Formats: sequence, C-alpha cells, structure tokens
Amino acid sequence: MRKKDGIIDLWKYKDLLWLLVAKDVKVKYKRSIMGVLWSLLNPLLTMLILTIVFKELFRFNIENFAAYVISGQVIFTFFSEATSLAMTSIYTSGQIMKKVYVPKAIFPISKILYSMVNTLFSIIAVLIVCLLTGVPITSAFFGSILTIAYVMIFSLGVGLILCSIAVFLRDIEHIYGVLLTAWMYATPVIYPAEIMPDRFLFVLYCNPLYYFVTHFREGLLYQHIPSIELNLYCLVYSLVTLIVGVYVFNRQRNRFILYI
Amino acid sequence: MTSDVVVSVNDVSMRFLQPSERITTFKEYVIKRIKRRISYTEFWALSNVSFQVCRGELFGVLGLNGAGKSTLLKILSGVLAPTTGSVESNGTIAPLIELGAGFDPELTARENIYLNGATLGYSRKEMNARFDEIVAFSELEEFIDVPIKNFSSGMYARLGFSIATSVNPEILIVDEVLSVGDFMFQQKCENKIRQMIDNGTSVILVSHSIEQVRSLCSKGIVLERGRVVKSGEINELCDFYYARYS
Repeated sequence: MRKKDGIIDLWKYKDLLWLLVAKDVKVKYKRSIMGVLWSLLNPLLTMLILTIVFKELFRFNIENFAAYVISGQVIFTFFSEATSLAMTSIYTSGQIMKKVYVPKAIFPISKILYSMVNTLFSIIAVLIVCLLTGVPITSAFFGSILTIAYVMIFSLGVGLILCSIAVFLRDIEHIYGVLLTAWMYATPVIYPAEIMPDRFLFVLYCNPLYYFVTHFREGLLYQHIPSIELNLYCLVYSLVTLIVGVYVFNRQRNRFILYI
Repeated sequence: MTSDVVVSVNDVSMRFLQPSERITTFKEYVIKRIKRRISYTEFWALSNVSFQVCRGELFGVLGLNGAGKSTLLKILSGVLAPTTGSVESNGTIAPLIELGAGFDPELTARENIYLNGATLGYSRKEMNARFDEIVAFSELEEFIDVPIKNFSSGMYARLGFSIATSVNPEILIVDEVLSVGDFMFQQKCENKIRQMIDNGTSVILVSHSIEQVRSLCSKGIVLERGRVVKSGEINELCDFYYARYS
C-alpha cells in the first residue's frame, strides 16, 4: 500500500523534478543573447552601483566593500527569488494538478532548486570580485558552500508556508514584496552589522538571514572556518522553518485543488 | 484487504464547499471575516461510496450526468482527496481520463514523451525502454521531433494514449467519453485495452451507456446523486438501471 503524497512518493517522481528544473533553466536563458552570463552580470552590475553609492556618497568604511556587498547580495537574492517563485508555484501549476496526480510539493521544490542553479552561477561572480580585489580564496571557502545548503532548507520551509497561503489568498504576493524590502534592510547586506544601534540589535539576532550572510562571509571574506555556534544557529533556524513549512503544507495540500 | 483485491474504496464521501461569494484576496477575507459574511453552501458529490475491485476484474460504474462519476474518477486517480473515507490500491493506476496531462506545447513529441512519463511517475529509464513502442503505437514516427503545438488534436490524443498504456498497469481507469483519433485508431485502442485485460489488468469503466457496460463488465455499481443505489452482477445491475431511468 503506497501512501499518496508521502516522501517515498516524492522520490518516485524525482525525474519530473529534474525535468521541471531543467525546463525553467532553459526558458530563462533561451531568449537572451548572453544567456547564462546574465546570472554573472546581474549581481556584478548591482554590486557596482551599490559600491559607488555607499562607498563614495555614504563613505562606509568597510574593508573591501565590493566583495562585502556582493556576497551579502547573492545570499539575499537566492532567498528572495527562491521564496517568491515557490509562493506562486502551486497555483501556476494548476493545469497539471487538475488532470493527474502529482505530489504537490514537487512544484515549490523545483523552484528552490532552480534558484539554487542561478545562485551557483552568481557565486562565480563573487569569486571574480574576490580575485580582482585581492581577497584570497582558501579552503575555508568550502564553509561558504555549506551556507547555500542552509539557505536552501530555510527557503524551502518559507516557500512551503507561502505557497500554502497564496493558493487561498492571492494578494499575499504584494504583501510579501513589501516584506522582502523590509527584510533586506534588516539584514546587513549593504551596511556593516556594526552600525546597527544597540536598541535594534535584536532585529539582527532574530533574523535568520543575518546568520546565513555572516556564515557565508566568514569563509569567503575572512578565511575563517565558521564557528560551531554559528553553524548551530543556521542549522536550527533552517530545520525548524522546514519542519513548520512541511506541517503547514501537509495540512493544506488536499484543499489546494479546490481553489485553483 | 486480501491480496486479490486491487482497489478498495472504503466509505468515501466528498464534500464541496461553495462560498456564496468567492474570496480570493486577503483584503476581502479580512473585511468579510470582520463582518462575519463568510457563508458556504455544502454540496456532497459523493456519500459513503464503498466497493472493491479484484484482480483481472472489469468493473463498471453507471450513472446519469451529475451522479458523481467524474468526482469518483478524480478520487481514484488521486487528483482529489476524499473528505472522509479512503481509497487503497494495490499496484499502479493508469488513468485514461486526461490524456497528455502536462504536455508542454513548445517541446517536441520526443521531449513530451519523457515529460508526460515523468508526470505519470515513470522514471527516465522506464521511458527509454518503452520509447520505441510508444512511438510505433502512436504512428507519429515522422513527427517525433516536431513541437506538439503544431499537432492536431487527434495526434495529441494518440500520443497521450500511447504513453499512458505503454506501462503495464495493474489498474486501468477508462472514461467512456475517451475518443482517440479516427475509427482505425479507436479500434487499435480497444484491442490494446483487451490485450491488457488478458494480461491481468483490472479495469474500472465509467459510463452512462448500458450497452457498453453490459458487453464489457462483469460487476459494477450504479451511482445516483453521489450514492450507491445498487451494486452487484452486471446483468442485474443493467436491468435495474434500465428500469429506473426509462
């Protein structure tokens, strides 16, 4: 007896998962002349603007600001793109779900994986900036790869919650857009964490992305292996979010079909 | 459940809640919630439906329009989850209801065979093994690398049917409205289904045509307004159905 929509069922459909991810990747680069290059250029150009604005106008005094900005930005973009796409994934796949049985979690998961592919390209841009600005790449960089896994698990958790809500209430999309902007400023992407006034420090400490961004920079910019404490924070935040996400999603998934 | 039973439908009920007004945004929801204006009309499409299908059996589901046949099909294929009750199945179910679900019109027939196969839960390896058979059966050899947005609806359905029947499922769900291509291909499909039955596949046929069910099935149920009003041997069942609705 096979239980529908369980984890074993999801495994049976792994080939569909790869096809969905491959399709998204192909579509993204199909009609652009420079193709994959955009995933490199986009963060590079954004970084250039941010560096000029904040280094020249606001006179932030961070050592190697360019690498600082682009590393934070890549992590935050991964999170925001993955969760935004996962949010709409269920109701944009309504046509398939109405016709045949497919494990529903496959759609948000495919969006998270697609964003991860984009992020891996963007990391090349980060490495280029590091090379150009003289940041040495050491074996501590492998710690930064681990960050991607944390952010992926965390984004999947958030994405599962968001898509469960978005099926019933579509305007969560607009609310989430605003929330993401606020979230970006609550995360030290473009400013140094040290300039946060003491009374707002709690914002950083309860923001999972603060830990992910810090974790990513530890290995990449400062050549430290991230501490066990920092890893624990990342792990607990991402796993707890995933568990909540799976719980919310499983409670709602059978009702999706009635609303799409 | 004995090993001989391949599908067991246990006391399945399906309720649809129709909101008096459809609420799709958060703003509306909050406003209506505060004003306490969210009300639903209940509609039971199926109530306490139970039956079992044994290995190699041909099972007919009879009913007029609106009796709940389509809802039952969707529950059997797993698209809908029943409000109460459960469906247990012993083996793979191949629904011949929506052919070509998940086809992407921009992709070629070749790519769509793998995509549709994956949508039905078959691995790439399984599809590789059956690829030639699928292409041969669909008679689309010349068009295999054409994007299927250029296909006619008949070609579309032929491809869908060939993929859905390429694996040897334990249970086949057939909707009588299934019409695939021209008369020649129709014949071919029927032969294919008969061949699968000979190999031990159970079939659930949903129909409102007595003749079709009587000639094919051995057992079945009659649905009326979501309830099983009669179940048993097919001749008895068809006589009952005939007497009731004519």
